[in-house]
This record gives sequence, structure tokens and C-alpha cells, in this order.
Amino acid sequence: MSVITYREALRQGLREALASDERVFLMGEDVGKYGGTYAVSKGLLEEFGPERVRDTPLSELAFVGMGVGAALGGLRPIVEVMTVNFSLLALDQIVNNAALLRHMSGGQVSVPLVVRMATGAGRQLAAQHSHSLEGWFAHIPGIKIAAPATIDDARFMLGAALADPDPVLVFEYPALFETKGEVSAGRVDLSSARVRRQGSRVTLITYGGCLPKALQAAEEVDGEVIDLRMLRPLDMGTILESVRKTRRAVVVDEGWRSGGLAAEISARLMEQAFYDLDAPVARVCSEEVPIPYARHMEEAALPQPAKIVAAARSLSA
Amino acid sequence: MSRLALLTDMLRIRRMEEKCAELYSAGKIRGFLHLYIGEEAVATGCMHALDPEDNVVATYREHGHALLRGVPMGAIMAEMYGKREGCSRGRGGSMHLFDASRRFYGGNAIVGGGLPMAAGLALAEKMKGQTHVTACFFGEGAMAEGAFHESMNLAQLWTLPAVFFCENNLYAMGTALARSQSQTDLCAKAAAYGMATLRADGMDVTAVHEAARRAREYAAGKGPIFVELRTYRFRAHSMFDPELYRDKQEVEEWKKRGPIHNFSARLKADGELTEAQFLEIDARVMREVDEAVAFAEAGTWEPVEDLTRDVYTPIPPSAHDPLVRGSA
Repeated sequence: MSVITYREALRQGLREALASDERVFLMGEDVGKYGGTYAVSKGLLEEFGPERVRDTPLSELAFVGMGVGAALGGLRPIVEVMTVNFSLLALDQIVNNAALLRHMSGGQVSVPLVVRMATGAGRQLAAQHSHSLEGWFAHIPGIKIAAPATIDDARFMLGAALADPDPVLVFEYPALFETKGEVSAGRVDLSSARVRRQGSRVTLITYGGCLPKALQAAEEVDGEVIDLRMLRPLDMGTILESVRKTRRAVVVDEGWRSGGLAAEISARLMEQAFYDLDAPVARVCSEEVPIPYARHMEEAALPQPAKIVAAARSLSA
Repeated sequence: MSRLALLTDMLRIRRMEEKCAELYSAGKIRGFLHLYIGEEAVATGCMHALDPEDNVVATYREHGHALLRGVPMGAIMAEMYGKREGCSRGRGGSMHLFDASRRFYGGNAIVGGGLPMAAGLALAEKMKGQTHVTACFFGEGAMAEGAFHESMNLAQLWTLPAVFFCENNLYAMGTALARSQSQTDLCAKAAAYGMATLRADGMDVTAVHEAARRAREYAAGKGPIFVELRTYRFRAHSMFDPELYRDKQEVEEWKKRGPIHNFSARLKADGELTEAQFLEIDARVMREVDEAVAFAEAGTWEPVEDLTRDVYTPIPPSAHDPLVRGSA
């Protein structure tokens, strides 16, 4: 076992994918010569050459759609959209082609496409570069949404996504890029949530960049922390098992509260565990404002450990 | 190339679609129905120039393209009925005819949405070292979309084996080309990306065929090419279109250039076709149409219990990781 950063884990996952299957190629903006905006793909152009590590122009709509076409054509494309903010330019290809082609064709085709993108706020990048839109994508049948928050998931979720016959969007969290940990498992699944900390008083349900915040808060409230890992499909079994034990739940989600993923999880708990709960489900989400630049204002807009602790304690009052 | 085969195929599209319009009025076909009537020379000339191994990406006005790609007329008709025997199992309808076995990657109903996908299919062929080309059909309206410009740039930059067939029927739904695009010389737009271009009379099936043949050959060896085919839609945009945006006189003028009428007249003048032979071909085509309708009528409705199938690809149990648990 070796201790590596989340960033290095992502790079190792990419390298292994390119080395182990010649149908796999990587394309996106500045993935090659520049080495990746977050240096995730550094060195891969030199190792695998320009056919398989392709720098694209700033044409998110076209190169995501080309990923769809290349997947239909028998390849295993990994498309990097630099950040989720720019994925808005490619929504048509993700929503109308990647997600729908299988169903719309009566099951004749599969689209084994992987789209990777960085996501989340917390680095004073202001409103246009601080979106957390995983919940939007998780709304759509036909695609799967992966949110690696640990070193193991950063290392191995890409391989699992490539092995999956359907389109998988993998969200990567720059807020976690410098976190370190041991690589253990040799592979991971794309279907289950995981309990990251045992606790007995309250279940804190979260994913991605909020996981360390939830773990920190859990220390103060004897919380059980669930890392969703997959935002579609959702593993309700793991959530329900924990909530039936703690009888309280706080959903922590960097997305906005209105119409978001936390609302979905809260609704499912109401539908499936209403009589197991001792208190209403609480939510800690981003405030309903564009994410501001100034540091203190940005911190105030995002979920923070103190807010999670306060929400958890409010359930025991 | 048999000129009679070209005529027959144009007629097959025409008669099939006339029947579709009738069935639409009868309530058998619902949703949107975009007829290709008047434009048959384009699909016919192009599809006859392609190899069976080539990929095809089409638009929501794709009944003719699907038919000439080899999708049985009955499967197309059943699809429009929404029957399980349809070429997309009744999940797609008129705008989403698919046949993966014939590399027909669908009717795409988002204008311009097929272009990036076609470029990706072409990229796959190139990376696999194949010589198949990818044919992408779209209207001139799509050329105002960003997807067109981004795809042109990438296709040329990476010299992808793709033929971009622009079916210029002069109207993007109800908006005339000159009212919506600052540059109406469509080839100039493709040329701006350094792409080779060709232009042909889309009302003349042999001219289309020759242009498509040359374009396919070029794409297979040298890279992408843009082909403008000037044509005209005789019918409304869809079944809901009152046609307020064009003069009846203009439509009548274009009808004089009707691709089937003019081509059959030419074949007769050249001594390749008699009126009796034409009637015999037409009767044969009508029988195919009748059989297609009978096939669709006899088709079955997919049980509602199957509603959620084909959202995701079934993964065989053996492929499951033993770690896997959880639920949807």
C-alpha cells in the first residue's frame, strides 16, 4: 500500500485505463501539452501519444458529442470537460444523445462514454466557476453519476466507469485534490453507498467535496457518515439501514437547496422511513445565492462543519 | 448504377410518405411527422453512393434515408404506429428511426445534434484504421447552430473521414435562409474551415449521386467534405404547419422541378422507360406500401410492464462485481 494524493489517484486511474485497453482514449481541453488544468493528465501525452491523448479546441458541445459518436463506433472515450461550469455548453449532447440513444433506439445501442469534470466551490473562483450541478445530471435517466470522494474511488472509479456499458459522468473534486490516503482496493463498484464513519446519534448523508466537512462535524455529534459515491443510481438500502439505526438524518449537499439532490433524498426518506424517524430530515445546502468571490462570503454560502453540527443538534432538541 | 433503381427508390420514399400523411390524418400515426416529399433525389442519390459499412447519421426528416439504408418499410411503418415491431421498438417514432445493424444511427430531432456524433463516429473509424466513412445529413438551418461550426472545425482539424450532406431546402421550418444567416453561400462556410466542398442540384438524382460518389471517395482518402444539395420541400414542415411564410406560387414553381416527374420523363425520352413500365414499377411500390401498412397494423403493443427497459444496458450477472449491492 502506498500513500498518494487524490490527484495522483486520478492520474493513476487514467494511466491504467490507457495502458490496459487500446480502445480507450482521452480528449478534452488542455489535457495533453498543458498536462491538464489540474495536472491530472500530466505526462500522459508523452507516454501515450497524440492519437490517444487529444487536445481539443474550446468546443465542449462538439467534443462531448464526438465522445458519444466514438463510443457508438466501438471505442471507449474518456472526455474531460475541464469543469462542470463548461459542461453547460455540452448539455444537448449529454442529455439528448448520451442519455437517450439507448432507449430511443429501442435498446439497439449502448453508449459506453465516460465524461470527467471538476466541480465545486471553495476556491474563491466566483459565481461562474463555482457551480455544483451534480444534482441536475442525477435527474436524468440513462446516465450514471459518480462522485469519488476518497483516494480509492478517485483511483478506481474511472476503471469501473469504463467497464460500464452506459454513459457515466465522473465528478472530480478540486477541493479534495491534495488530500492523501492509502490505496487499498483493486476495484470499486458503481452502485453502492459507503458508511465512512460509524455513529449512533444521527446519519449525515453526503458526497464529494462535502465528505470531509461531514466527517469533521460527525466527531461532535456522534454522527454516522454516509458517502453516497453514486448519485444515480442512489443506494437507498445503505441510507435506510443507517437511518433506521440513528433515527435522524441530515443531508449535506453543496448544490442549492431548491429542487436539489438533498430534496430528493429527503423525499425518499419520507416515503420509505417516515415511521423510523424521530425528527424531520434536515438539509445543509448552499445558500440560494450565486457563489460570491470574497472569502468570508463564499464560506458563508457553502455548507460548513458548524452548520452541519447545528443542523444535527437541532434534531435532538 | 441502374437509373431505374434510382427512380424506383425515389418512388418508394414518395409513396410510403404519401401513405404516412394519410395515416396521420386517420390517427394511426401521431406525434410529429416531417415529410420529405420533393426532396427524394437527395437521399436516393446519396444512399446509393454509400457502402453498407459506412455510418449514417440523419435528421428528424429521415424516413427516406432509413428506407434506402435497407430498413424494411414495414419496420419503419410499425415504428410510426408505435408498435413493438418498429425499427426502434416503438420507442422512437417518426423522428427516431434506428437500425444499428445497418449502421443507421438515427434520426436526431435536435437541429445540429447529429453533427458532433457523426464526427465522433468518423473519429472512431479513423482510429480503428478503417476506411469506412460517416455520412451526416442536416438541413441548412443547422448551419446557424454552434454544433455545426464546432464540428466543421474539429472534422477538418483531425481530417476525419466524414461527408457532411447539407440538404438545403431553403427554409428552417418557416424561416428563409436569407432571413436567418448573414452568409447564404453555404459552401463558403465550410470552406472557412479549410474543408473541401461540392455543390449539386438536389432535384436531380443523378447529379446528387455523382456528387455523393465523389464526396465519399474523397472522404475515404483525404478527409472531410461538405456537400450542398439544393432542394425543396413540397409539403409543410410538419403536419401542423399552415405555411404562412412562403407563396403558393413559389411552391408551384419548384414542383415543376419535381425529382420523380422530371427523372421519369428523362428516362422515357432516353428510351429507358415506357409509361407501362412506370406504372408497373409504381404498382409494385404500392404493393410494398400496402404490405408495410399491413405489417404495422398486425404489429403488437409492447406491454407497459416493459416501460423501463432499455434505459440502461442489462449487465450479465457474471459481470457483476461481488461487492455490488444497493438498489436503484
